[in-house]
Amino acid sequence: MFAVIGTVPDKEFPLVCEPAALSGGKLIVGGCQIPINRGTPALLASALQAGEYFGAPPPTACLVGDIGTGAGSRKLYAYLEQALSRLEFSSLTFHYIQPDVDWHNRVLSAIDRMPGRPRLIADAGFMYAAKMSGQAGAYDIFTPDIGELAFLADPDAPHPFYTRGFIFHEPERVPDLIAQAYASGNAARCLLVKGKTDVAANASGVIETLSEPVVPAMEAIGGTGDIITGLMAAFTAMAYDGPTACIYASKIARMAGSIAKPNPGSQVTDIIHKIPLALRQFF
Amino acid sequence: MGLLSFLKKRRRQPAISNEDRGILVFENTSEVIQAENLLAREDRSIRVMGPPPEIRTGCDLVIEFPLIEALEIIRTLESENVYPLKAVPVTGSLLEPVDIFFTRDYGRFLMVQAANMKLTVEKDSLTVVNVSGGGCPDVPYLAAEMVGKTLDAAPAPRSIGHTLCGYALQLAYEEMKRKCSQ
Repeated sequence: MFAVIGTVPDKEFPLVCEPAALSGGKLIVGGCQIPINRGTPALLASALQAGEYFGAPPPTACLVGDIGTGAGSRKLYAYLEQALSRLEFSSLTFHYIQPDVDWHNRVLSAIDRMPGRPRLIADAGFMYAAKMSGQAGAYDIFTPDIGELAFLADPDAPHPFYTRGFIFHEPERVPDLIAQAYASGNAARCLLVKGKTDVAANASGVIETLSEPVVPAMEAIGGTGDIITGLMAAFTAMAYDGPTACIYASKIARMAGSIAKPNPGSQVTDIIHKIPLALRQFF
Repeated sequence: MGLLSFLKKRRRQPAISNEDRGILVFENTSEVIQAENLLAREDRSIRVMGPPPEIRTGCDLVIEFPLIEALEIIRTLESENVYPLKAVPVTGSLLEPVDIFFTRDYGRFLMVQAANMKLTVEKDSLTVVNVSGGGCPDVPYLAAEMVGKTLDAAPAPRSIGHTLCGYALQLAYEEMKRKCSQ
């Protein structure tokens, strides 16, 4: 069993921690119906598609409503601090949560008290908090885009918004930034750098670069990174090692994008629906 | 008019030096954004910056201001029920927000990226078709509120956002409006 931890953009949405399912184009958790347009619901929908293909159990979704004030995230942090030590998961994937270093550290301590140490994946806001805490090494996988990689590589940056020498399209600098992120202790054991070319790496350097098929419109579509992280969470739960989970997730997300033939106005659900077909072609 | 306001900004900006700067610290980024709106309305010489390391929690902004104007500035804010946690002198260098924009023209669509946030519109209708990037929980909320609306009808990220990602999206939104008005 694995868990995905994140937020829903609805401030009234209650804190739930239940197995997730897909039904009628919606994500269903604890009796709540959630649109899967983007964010953690898109991540969960992608993980569910992969799990269903392999007949694997669904993820547990620990969700709360938060529209950015951090109020919901703090409730979720507090719940995790209390509950995690009683729960057993093979992996935990943390996603859109308000970055807060103190709360992050309390949750990481709770993970240390779990019956078995789960593998840890961090993306989005929780990855920011993990880096800021100086405990990136406790994580198995981070999934930054190139701007977030620059943030990981800059020991002083508290958020990608402030990264010095921010680069948008200088992919040739990615190997250097990866090396800097590891040198400053701000990277997980494995990285998947998401971009026009995805790069899987670890402390030894680049493991594999993935650039096919090319789907330029995916850069503009909100949630395409969530697809990759969702697939990675599913593959990690199936006991694939970190680099393999990263590489498979990248390839299948690209294939789903290629099958969907999106334009920059397409929505991420158009691509998520193509995941089963991409999986069939890949495996 | 545009030139006058440009000159005014240029004239006021150099008045800030290391010795006479302070920072206003707030409970959360939403309050920073509110305070920035209020102080910008009075044409105060302020800048939104990253906080010094000792007070960072992970998703913060502070407002840098001329210390000499502390009382007036705090009075302005409090009169609008915005209360800074503290106002302290700057003792070290502050991080500057990213200020580079990247634009990609997809033909029918235009994408503007500011820092870690991207905004895409359909050029003919000026409809927001996608919001991507970022990692704070207001990103999915901002996307839900903006996608499908025209640039003029969509809420400005500054008005409903709460985090640094929301602030970056505001910069992309302003740049997009500027480009689309040319």
